[in-house]
Amino acid sequence: MHIMEGFLPHPWWEIWFALSLPVLAYGVYKMNRMIKESREILPLLAVAGAFVFVLSSLKLPSVTGSCSHPTGTGMGAIIFGPAITSVLAVIVLVYQAVFLAHGGLTTLGANVFSMGIAGPAVGYLVYRAASRSGLHLYLSVFLAATLADWATYLVTAAQLALAFPAASGGVYASFEAFAAVFAITQVPLAAVEGAVTALMFKYIVELRSDVLVRMNVVSARAIARLREAAA
Amino acid sequence: MKRAGGFGLEAIVLGLVLLFIAAFAYTSSTGSHQWSGADSQAEGVISDLTGGAYEPWYQSIYEPPSGEIESLLFALQAAIGSLIIGYFLGYYRAMARAKAASAAAERDGKQDA
Repeated sequence: MHIMEGFLPHPWWEIWFALSLPVLAYGVYKMNRMIKESREILPLLAVAGAFVFVLSSLKLPSVTGSCSHPTGTGMGAIIFGPAITSVLAVIVLVYQAVFLAHGGLTTLGANVFSMGIAGPAVGYLVYRAASRSGLHLYLSVFLAATLADWATYLVTAAQLALAFPAASGGVYASFEAFAAVFAITQVPLAAVEGAVTALMFKYIVELRSDVLVRMNVVSARAIARLREAAA
Repeated sequence: MKRAGGFGLEAIVLGLVLLFIAAFAYTSSTGSHQWSGADSQAEGVISDLTGGAYEPWYQSIYEPPSGEIESLLFALQAAIGSLIIGYFLGYYRAMARAKAASAAAERDGKQDA
């Protein structure tokens, strides 16, 4: 989902910065406030950020004969919401833009928007809806992380389509062309990302379900149900 | 530390990963593929759409001088992340164990008194 350095023409790179910066600023503010309120979320924040680090470094082969990478943002989105997740994503995106020539500083706004904001927003909403409807906790996490990953790549396709509309067929034809590169390739990767995120979430629930309950991420009833199932 | 849920989820995840590897093996065996990055393929689509007219207006400030160094930096990224995850999960696990132990000791102490 990295749009390469210099590959978004004026005015698009500015537009995506303009959309991303307020969310990032709010994310930093919200993160500081949460940490001040309770230090016990710090380790979870570190784990969610590190999870993005690990997953976005893995370039995996897919059924289309090309490679792509997961995003790892589902976990942060579920626990902390999209605004804080955008801050976690920007750390990774800057690392990759500066040291790896992956993505870029001029396209940072667009990449933060797709990977740090839009994808996590989808994941957050899916998780809230799924867990509220009484779906099994880990299945909710799986769905949220899978769709967050997939949505990230669809947004990237849309960003590129808006910047490079086809001569015939316009933005929609371009979107089809870019989605053809990203969408199918990403399906198996998104599913694996969802599964790994669910597993990671399970370990966090086993160790610190108390913090998750206090943060209103998981209901005490859902934890009780998991304990019952285990007993 | 009692395990909630046994190893059901681990088995499912393992199954999915095996399926993923099988899909890779199958795709590999049917024809030759580039296995190039989707990110760089998008560049190809851009040059198709613009008739090759688009020139990136800004260059990366640094590029890893070789594939080896690039993979080093990617591995470093994964290593840093794994280290942090492992550290905190281990920290939590030991904390929970210590708490359980001190609670048990307190109980025993009361029984002695």
